[in-house]
Amino acid sequence: MPAAAISPPRPFEGKALSRGQSMLLLCRDVVSGYGPDPVVRGVDFAARPGQVTALIGPNGCGKSTLLRTLARVIAPRAGRVLLNGQDIGSLSTRAVARQVALLPQGPVAPEGLTVRELVAQGRFPHQTLLRQWSAQDSDAVARALEQTDLADLADRPVDSLSGGQRQRAWIAMVLAQETGILLLDEPTTFLDLKVQVDILSLLARIARDEGRSIVVVLHEINMAAAFADNIAMMAAGRILAEGPPGAVVTRANLARVFDLEAEVLSAPGGYPVCIPARSGMAGHSLRAAAE
Amino acid sequence: MTARTEAAPQAARWRAMAGAPVLLAALVLAVLWHIAVGARQIPLAEVVAALTRPDPALFDHVVIRDLRLPRAVYAVTVGASLSVAGALMQGVTRNPLAEPGLLGLMAGASFAVVIWVALSGQTGGGMMPLVAAVGALGGATLVWGIASAAPGGAQPLSLILAGAAVTAFLGAIVTLAHLLDEQTFQSLRVWLNGTLSGRSWEVFLWSSPWFAAGLALSLLLARQVTALAMGDEVATGLGVDVARIKLLALGAVVALTAASVALAGPLGFVGLVIPHVVRLFAGSDCRVIVPLSALTGAIYLVVVDILARVVLAPLEIATGLVTALVGGPVFLWLVRARL
Repeated sequence: MPAAAISPPRPFEGKALSRGQSMLLLCRDVVSGYGPDPVVRGVDFAARPGQVTALIGPNGCGKSTLLRTLARVIAPRAGRVLLNGQDIGSLSTRAVARQVALLPQGPVAPEGLTVRELVAQGRFPHQTLLRQWSAQDSDAVARALEQTDLADLADRPVDSLSGGQRQRAWIAMVLAQETGILLLDEPTTFLDLKVQVDILSLLARIARDEGRSIVVVLHEINMAAAFADNIAMMAAGRILAEGPPGAVVTRANLARVFDLEAEVLSAPGGYPVCIPARSGMAGHSLRAAAE
Repeated sequence: MTARTEAAPQAARWRAMAGAPVLLAALVLAVLWHIAVGARQIPLAEVVAALTRPDPALFDHVVIRDLRLPRAVYAVTVGASLSVAGALMQGVTRNPLAEPGLLGLMAGASFAVVIWVALSGQTGGGMMPLVAAVGALGGATLVWGIASAAPGGAQPLSLILAGAAVTAFLGAIVTLAHLLDEQTFQSLRVWLNGTLSGRSWEVFLWSSPWFAAGLALSLLLARQVTALAMGDEVATGLGVDVARIKLLALGAVVALTAASVALAGPLGFVGLVIPHVVRLFAGSDCRVIVPLSALTGAIYLVVVDILARVVLAPLEIATGLVTALVGGPVFLWLVRARL
């Protein structure tokens, strides 16, 4: 497996977690899935502190299932998911939620819920029946609203916002959770290009500035190449290529992983851009050869 | 950062809870009115006197203490319990039409009670709420199983249809049993329509641990149920043990429904109407909705029970008929507005 060397982890230095302790989430030989046949079939993967890692691959390749397995929503059938060296299955849902935040695909807010109320839900794992709200919770919510540029919309109902604003509100919720690791499942799907750019820039900035590990499932190869520090390409339940965009987004990998015939150019920013050829089916034989 | 942004979201929660004292005062007034009304109208001053300085020599005081006060207590308890059960079900399932009556819990509970009475000949005792709980759980399981097997799975509509089918089916068996053994069922006939009249204090005492446990559990679960409203996966990501919370919520709903049915029979639509009314003025946080539903539901059933005795006086209408007359149109409105 052509995987780049794992860079040394930098600690998450968010205000609430300034313990100098690095959050490490990784999995070994994970086999996972709901149905009779596993969707994820033997994956090694690590979330890298201070970086955005994009999981990309064709539909049904297992990228969302891998993300859910990392988040402990699904228990792996084989292999292990380790959070700071501990088997994630041995931790409580709540203990995991204090360190790993998950934003599933296409979440729906209850009718009438305001942005502030939604973001405040991110504090859930830090609260108990007896200690329901603290100044620390208020700070985290205010900071998340500010980071996502939603302070002015805080009292609007979520269902009255535009698609991009709504997605920012959900991201603010997982930011308020103040976890070292953020897992997001297709946070940009169905959004305008400009809104996609805004959201991915925001995630890249948060990873870099706060040392958080961000893993994001993306649909768009070019968006992943432009904003991710690392890309893991999945096909048929396995990671076939992993590393910096320049090393992974290549003509050969696009053919092998996506069955896509495309040219790869270098954008002015230095990252690769893929330009599909008009008849995209020609790579079929290449993929067959790869498997 | 402005002060507005600093304002904690729980400020909104306390604002919504500010309605609680008003509701509590309304409940006290409704209960006093409920006690005053009857075959013989008793002045409010006399009602208060009977409650604060009872005089066993006065006939009115005896009537109030032995007959009217217990009935008001039943109305308060059952109204609060059914409303909380509905609020919890709607929150956990994210289904605006979830309610003990519509989803087969009441039918299951009353079916089980009827069979139990027929077999054992007892109409009271500690077995009543237990039998009702087993029936409620069975009814819920049956409805959920049928809806899950339907194309598209357990959706609000398939659940309602399965609930209607199970309710009709179990109702038919009850009617059949009634035809075969009129003697036993005479005592159950009024109860099967849902009523607060002629219930025994003994059944209430046996049911009260179920009411208490169900209400306490509901209040404890409210915070987690609020997180569940955003979907199972989001809730899991926030640290909610979804399977455990759903199981506990089912336990609370079954306990509340079973105790209510054992005491007052199947009172339909209370659990549907009240949480929706409460959400109109209290928002979507279950930590607010659950306690306010309890208060509002108690007021509602007390007032409904007053109407049941006043509208056709001296005839008395079964309380369950009045809740259905009010709840039916609300149900239709919800189907149009929310499905």
